[in-house]
Amino acid sequence: MDLKWNEFIITGDPLILGAQISILLGSIAVVAALTYFKKWTWLWKEWLTSVDHKKLGIMYILSALLMLFRGGIDGLMIRTQLAKPGMEFLDPQHYNEVFSTHGVIMILFMAMPFLIGLINYIVPLQIGARDVAFPYLNNLSFWTFFVGMALFNISFIIGGSPDAGWTAYTPLATNEFSPGPGQNYYLLAIQIAGIGTLMTGINFFVTILKMRTKGMTLMKMSMFTWTTLITMLIIIFAFPVLTVALALQTFDRLFGSVIFTLQGDGNPMLWVNLFWVWGHPEVYIVILPAFGIFSEIISTFARKQLFAYKAMVVSIVTISVLSFLVWVHHFFTMGNSAEANSFFSITTMAISIPTGVKIFNWLFTMYRGRISFTTPMLWALAFIPNFVIGGVTGVMLAMAAADYQYHNTYFLVSHFHYVLISGTVFACFAGLIYWYPKMFGHKLNEKIGKWAFWIFIIGFNVCFFPQYFLGLDGMPRRISTYTEADGWTGLNFISTIGAFMMGLAFLIFVVNIVYSWRFSPREKTGDAWGLGRNLEWATSSSIPPHYNFAVLPEVTGLDPYWDMKEKGLDQQKNVDYKPIHMPNNAATPIIMSVIMGAAAFGLVFHWYWIGIVGGIGIFITMIARSFDYNDGYYVSVEEIKETEAKANK
Amino acid sequence: MAHDHNVNPNAPLEYQSETGRLNITGFWTFLGAEIALFSTLFASYFALQARVGDGPTSNEMFEAGLVMIMTMLLLTSSFTCGIAIHEMRANNKKGVIIWMIITLILGAGFIGYELYEFVHYVHEGVTLSTSAHWSMFFILLGTHGLHVSIGIGWIILLLIQLARRGLTPKTASKVFISSLYWHFLDVVWIFIFTCVYLMGMVN
Amino acid sequence: MLKKLKPLSLLLFLALPLMLAGCSTPEVLDPKGPVASQQSDLIILSIIFMLTIVAVVFVLLTIILVKYRERKDHDKYSPELHGSMLLETIWTIIPIIIVVILAIPTVRTIYNLEEAPEAKTAEAANEDPLVIEATSINWKWVFTYPEEDIETVNYLHIPIHRPVEFKLTSADNMAALWIPSLGGQKYAMSGMQTTLFLQADEAGEYNGRNANFTGEGFNEQRFVVYAEEEEDYGQWVEEVQDSAPELTQYEYDELLIPGVYEEGTAEFNGTHLQWIDHSKDAEYTLEAWERLGYEPKNPHAKDKSQNILPEDEIPYYQQDNTVDYSDENMDHENMGNEEHASHE
Repeated sequence: MDLKWNEFIITGDPLILGAQISILLGSIAVVAALTYFKKWTWLWKEWLTSVDHKKLGIMYILSALLMLFRGGIDGLMIRTQLAKPGMEFLDPQHYNEVFSTHGVIMILFMAMPFLIGLINYIVPLQIGARDVAFPYLNNLSFWTFFVGMALFNISFIIGGSPDAGWTAYTPLATNEFSPGPGQNYYLLAIQIAGIGTLMTGINFFVTILKMRTKGMTLMKMSMFTWTTLITMLIIIFAFPVLTVALALQTFDRLFGSVIFTLQGDGNPMLWVNLFWVWGHPEVYIVILPAFGIFSEIISTFARKQLFAYKAMVVSIVTISVLSFLVWVHHFFTMGNSAEANSFFSITTMAISIPTGVKIFNWLFTMYRGRISFTTPMLWALAFIPNFVIGGVTGVMLAMAAADYQYHNTYFLVSHFHYVLISGTVFACFAGLIYWYPKMFGHKLNEKIGKWAFWIFIIGFNVCFFPQYFLGLDGMPRRISTYTEADGWTGLNFISTIGAFMMGLAFLIFVVNIVYSWRFSPREKTGDAWGLGRNLEWATSSSIPPHYNFAVLPEVTGLDPYWDMKEKGLDQQKNVDYKPIHMPNNAATPIIMSVIMGAAAFGLVFHWYWIGIVGGIGIFITMIARSFDYNDGYYVSVEEIKETEAKANK
Repeated sequence: MAHDHNVNPNAPLEYQSETGRLNITGFWTFLGAEIALFSTLFASYFALQARVGDGPTSNEMFEAGLVMIMTMLLLTSSFTCGIAIHEMRANNKKGVIIWMIITLILGAGFIGYELYEFVHYVHEGVTLSTSAHWSMFFILLGTHGLHVSIGIGWIILLLIQLARRGLTPKTASKVFISSLYWHFLDVVWIFIFTCVYLMGMVN
Repeated sequence: MLKKLKPLSLLLFLALPLMLAGCSTPEVLDPKGPVASQQSDLIILSIIFMLTIVAVVFVLLTIILVKYRERKDHDKYSPELHGSMLLETIWTIIPIIIVVILAIPTVRTIYNLEEAPEAKTAEAANEDPLVIEATSINWKWVFTYPEEDIETVNYLHIPIHRPVEFKLTSADNMAALWIPSLGGQKYAMSGMQTTLFLQADEAGEYNGRNANFTGEGFNEQRFVVYAEEEEDYGQWVEEVQDSAPELTQYEYDELLIPGVYEEGTAEFNGTHLQWIDHSKDAEYTLEAWERLGYEPKNPHAKDKSQNILPEDEIPYYQQDNTVDYSDENMDHENMGNEEHASHE
């Protein structure tokens, strides 16, 4: 690529310049603080090289919150540009980059890592395990995700961001129509992060299958664990499709193959198919764990066992199977045969059946319960009506003949924001607040939390509800501006107000984290809400020790911890401890991932030699790993005794 | 790992430690993902099979003899790999190493012929850029060939470890896993042989 | 807390009809032809069902939250209740019934839309649909009337009460032709052809556009449809045939260079089909770029100027490049995937 040196760093845009300066200052501040407080060793030993699933979970969640901020800023920029007709806040090229990165970041670098973070922290605890099946791999998963995320995010200051939409349809995304490095960033960054996700999929699938504590049969697992198991299965079968699709487009862009191109008899529609064969299951990858989180929270704060547990399990399994059979509904308008469109219409509508069953089961979990309206519960309750609105409009979109009128419009935009925000984002907030005392030993302030909740919920509806009407009035998605004559001004302006309310709510949420860190009372027991039902609450201290359980709990039924409390058992006390075997920290994953990121960065700019050197580096780290026979270490009985005695004092 | 270190001496060596058992389950799961990966490649190949543009079709290029030799090499290597695992069960370290080296030589032969085939095509003017059909051909076969090459490198590393450490539950589970990988690649090749070469020469 | 939650859900529920009443009828629900009205009917039917479902869930949620909220006397608390065969069967069967009820008209409409709408008048019944080939080019629409041998850019005229058969293709990116008042969209893709039937029953000007994102000039890829009485339409055709300039290949190739059409609209005598049918040759656009000296450039490049050669400097245009695409031997491949077979 004949990239000129003065085009390497993006200049000339005040918005980007502002971002560049703040990133620079931010980095300097972090480095200075770490050096001043002599925290480098601590950071390296306690966090970066840690294989503890709890610490990795927290690092995932922190990254996801950072990306929620970045993706949120993108969203606010989109809404500002659309607030009034003929706005010149962003030019079309910049607007295209902003909505493309908004989509990629929110789905792949916010929703997924947020949920994977919660899964990382909670699932091993819920199955009564001391770690995951492959702790080393878990650290590697995190670092590949992180490097992929970092690579994607530097695109807007170095070289330019991808601008072909998060779907990157060909031929738009081929070299001829997306010249420049932007689309290469998309391909390589998602590829690296995707490898991490696939490893997470394998890791947790095996963890849940093989490492459940004594007595916990599959049908005694918590609903969050169940949804995680199924999600991981979807990841295992869906992500390789993405890997291949991205690789093929990378070959087209970097190595001259002609698969999705206009030249050489290429077939651009193949990309569309491959993308959505992965893309639709991906939607369920981010929604199923959310369902699991809501199930936990609703059952906890209604003080009742989940209604129709078996039906819930059957529903998620059905949804996961159907998720692979509906991808064509993303392009009903591609000139498919009537038979194909009818088939995919029906399979898509069929997904509403198990989903509807779940909604009613959640409602009836609360029936004859004792509902307390804590903040996590509020998020879970708000999920039901909002998700139903998103769900029924999804059924409307599934009706192919009508979809010809909704497709590519704000009706669709509104629909997927309704399901993804009220499903996934509400679940992330709910889950984080619910498990916050487990992670940090204190709750988030309820009062501030409720302010954030209400402002967010109202802002969310103000933002997205009008968009259904904009869609029906013919406003296509991805347009960077419109005219007064289009008649979309009023609703767009309302929508923008809503977006800024959500932004405000996010700020309040962050303030709450800081406020609660200073002022919230510290928890004294492992069961912070006093209503815990599953094993994550059964630890001896509020934040579990690094080995989680001094003695692995035994399980006899659903909601095992609730059961133990009813029977007055405390399995962690007055027992003979045995030494516990734990894995060692690992430094190769971060090194390997950074090399991978550097190699990919070279390839973005067609500097193939960096790619080759990086490839060799990756192999060297893998060889080093293969010869590493480090078997971990034992936690001595004395140390366990000491830790357990100190618990919550 | 935070796993039980009870060793079960009645199970085969590779299944004796919990780490070994977990790794084997994990690897089977990984192979599930690999099946999805190759299925996608095959599906893409089929979708583009007829799109030869101005370039030649498959049956203008393929040579039955070469493909037969490659197939025999890889099939035989799968067999010798099986013997190596049999030797491992008999606790014969030397046998494992010898049979694995034979496996590797056969695998290297396969890769040699594949490289020869690719170079030959390029000389004939058929490259990655010729048509969608040939792009997918090179990527599908290249992915398989890359897997085999990585397998060769990996097994060499394992043989060094085996020579140094002897047959332990840990080395045994590693060798066993590499054999699963090798057999898997053989199965993928059978599909390539049938779907790419045989069907390509018939059409 | 509850007092806040209840009015919110009520408010949400009330907002829908209020918004429907408050705004003027949205374009999609104000159909001007048989295709759009079939779709509008389907949409309204689904909205009624969906509102019912939303109402049931909202009411149920409100009742449960009010009745079972935590309070001093919790005599209704029954933690042992966690399943009911009867209830579970009910809420499995009811959604199945709803899906079936919605699937039947959906499938029927899908099949209907594959055919030209039924003619309403006797004279229209004798006529074949009007064929217009619509070609999307970054970022303009070219409409070709093969029978009339004329071509327009960014606008078109159609007679009312007569079905129009749009044959869609693209010179470059995947686009979608959408005229909301007349009916839903369909993709236009290079190297293949898709078919979209539309019809206007009321004379008027309708907005049309490309609905599928195609890059920088995507906003501006709009056009106007003038639906008019048969006589007016015929008059317009004659006018164009009499007065419009002849289309040259160089002029057409210039259109293929990505950009918004500065002149707004244009009309030509003769069509580009004499040189290229994009549905049969996907590479033409890239070849034209090369001939003209156009090079795609990094959007962040400091120098984005292009050096387009004038016609007399390119020997290619000094010869006759007419191609006969009627030859069915050129039968272009189906796209390798049965579901996406083009409709001939």
